[in-house]
Amino acid sequence: MDSEGRNRAGTFMHLNQETVAASVNEAYEGKLELMDVKAALKKYSWLQDYMWKVVSKDKDEFTKKVAEDYSGGYFMRILPGAELTFPLQSCLMITQKNLEQRVHNIIIAEEGSKSHIITSCVQHSSVPQASHLGISEIYVKKEAMLNFTMIHQWSENTLVRPRSAAQIDDRATFVSNYVCMRPVRDIQMYPVGYCTGEDSRVSFNSILYGQANSQLDIGSKAVLSGRGSKAEMISRAIAREGSKMFIRGMIEGDSSDCKGHLECRGLLMDDKSFMQSIPELIARKKGVEITHEAAVGKISEKEITYLMTRRLSRDQAVSLIIRGFMDVGILGLPEALNAEIKRIVDASTGAA
Amino acid sequence: MDMLEVKDLSVKVEGKLIIKNVSFSLKEATSHILFGPNGSGKTTLISTLMGLPGYEVVSGKILFRGVDITGKGIDERARLGIVVSFQNPPEVTGVKLADLLKLCLGKTVTDEFSAEEMKQIEAFKLDGFLNRDVNVGFSGGERKRSEILQLIFMKPNLMLLDEPDSGVDVESLRLIASEIERYVENSGGSSLIITHKGDILEYIKATYGCILLDGQFHCYTHPMKIYEDIKKMGYEECVSCRKRPREGWTSEPRK
Repeated sequence: MDSEGRNRAGTFMHLNQETVAASVNEAYEGKLELMDVKAALKKYSWLQDYMWKVVSKDKDEFTKKVAEDYSGGYFMRILPGAELTFPLQSCLMITQKNLEQRVHNIIIAEEGSKSHIITSCVQHSSVPQASHLGISEIYVKKEAMLNFTMIHQWSENTLVRPRSAAQIDDRATFVSNYVCMRPVRDIQMYPVGYCTGEDSRVSFNSILYGQANSQLDIGSKAVLSGRGSKAEMISRAIAREGSKMFIRGMIEGDSSDCKGHLECRGLLMDDKSFMQSIPELIARKKGVEITHEAAVGKISEKEITYLMTRRLSRDQAVSLIIRGFMDVGILGLPEALNAEIKRIVDASTGAA
Repeated sequence: MDMLEVKDLSVKVEGKLIIKNVSFSLKEATSHILFGPNGSGKTTLISTLMGLPGYEVVSGKILFRGVDITGKGIDERARLGIVVSFQNPPEVTGVKLADLLKLCLGKTVTDEFSAEEMKQIEAFKLDGFLNRDVNVGFSGGERKRSEILQLIFMKPNLMLLDEPDSGVDVESLRLIASEIERYVENSGGSSLIITHKGDILEYIKATYGCILLDGQFHCYTHPMKIYEDIKKMGYEECVSCRKRPREGWTSEPRK
């Protein structure tokens, strides 16, 4: 992602332990607020009530650490009825060696707003050891739509522990997309979507490319307590070069006419790598309809042979099939953003 | 120079000898029809010529336009100009037909089709399928049309066609058969066509055909005649009443 503010609704940069840039593109003033979270807490007294409301302070050792002390984070607020069709670039950078970066982000999509946000977390490649603990609390209010895409481009030596949760109100929709295409030392995340509102919807989609001994433990959970609420979870994962991947998904049906579906497809490219898919469905009320499909396998030799008869080398054939497997269409992005994510995915998988 | 020359070829599949010491040559600008019951080795022959995995050449040589291709890989043979149309092509999820056609044309997936290429896609009635995953949910006729169009786009010297007429509706058959014939006529390329039915013979101007039975060639005459005899007498009978070809058979170019 480029570091310039061109074509972005806004830019946010938190470098090591301080916010160095937070600006909103002129065209989006009145639609969007973006500032460092500590500054926002000073400005808005009501914001205190949003902190630690959906993510619990005592959840685990990482949340406790951030509750104790954190350096900042982004506060993003999409104003009522506002529509944002451009990505918002937020970037949490680490350039300091051995830094344990702790941030707490709050996102509020006010009633009736519709936005697509793309955020990426970048780490400078020369930093050998670092860790990132990030808390994100997301509030999607009545009839709002928030499509939030996170692209992780961490360096190979970072420990990453994002803890996030979203509360989704009546007739609101939250789509959370996670794309991880670069090697990473160790990432474990399990965001939760609380569909408390009537007819609320949550989607968790992920595209994961595990390489070079990366450890990925990526999951999501949806709690469907609102009447008529719906959840969908789709993931596409590839493990190679000694990467170890856990893909989890849990849908909990707590109200009698809620629906959910979970689909996980994985490709294991070699014997050194490992993949475990763990779908879980919980039904607490009669009338809950939740389904899942999980499949882990290999690329079909028949398909590779077929493409080779069309003059592709074996490597080109594998790349083409992988490219198709990592289907960015599952993220539900508008065309311009789709093309951008597709470029990132194709570049990492070495596709033509 | 012969388009294809096969010398003393024997092929094993899963340890079992299927093709037994056959020799033949195929000239340029020729179509040759291959008949034979299921299990006689027709698909084995074509798969071996294409270099597909699982087919072990235990003896003999394959020469394509003078070049020994016996040890060469699949994509290398394809680049040299040999292409194959499968009887049951696999579904390739995630790869769009448009992308595959572009690769066949030697384009990249981001290039556009030319107006002439689009016309051909429309002639094959595949314009509505460009955004579909290759072969996923395609009917028999749609699959075969997709196969043949890919082959034509690759501008091959030799087309190996494994039952291009099976599972195909009448209209699709007429379309693909006339397109194959047109290509062979215009390009000077050759084709080797496996078939069970006689329908394709209506469109393909082949003057030579033969029967592959138990891994060996028999009969060597006009395909219509062979087909009529098979219908009347069955493969075994038909084979017993014709003389074996001399050394191997040679397919002559059309007049």
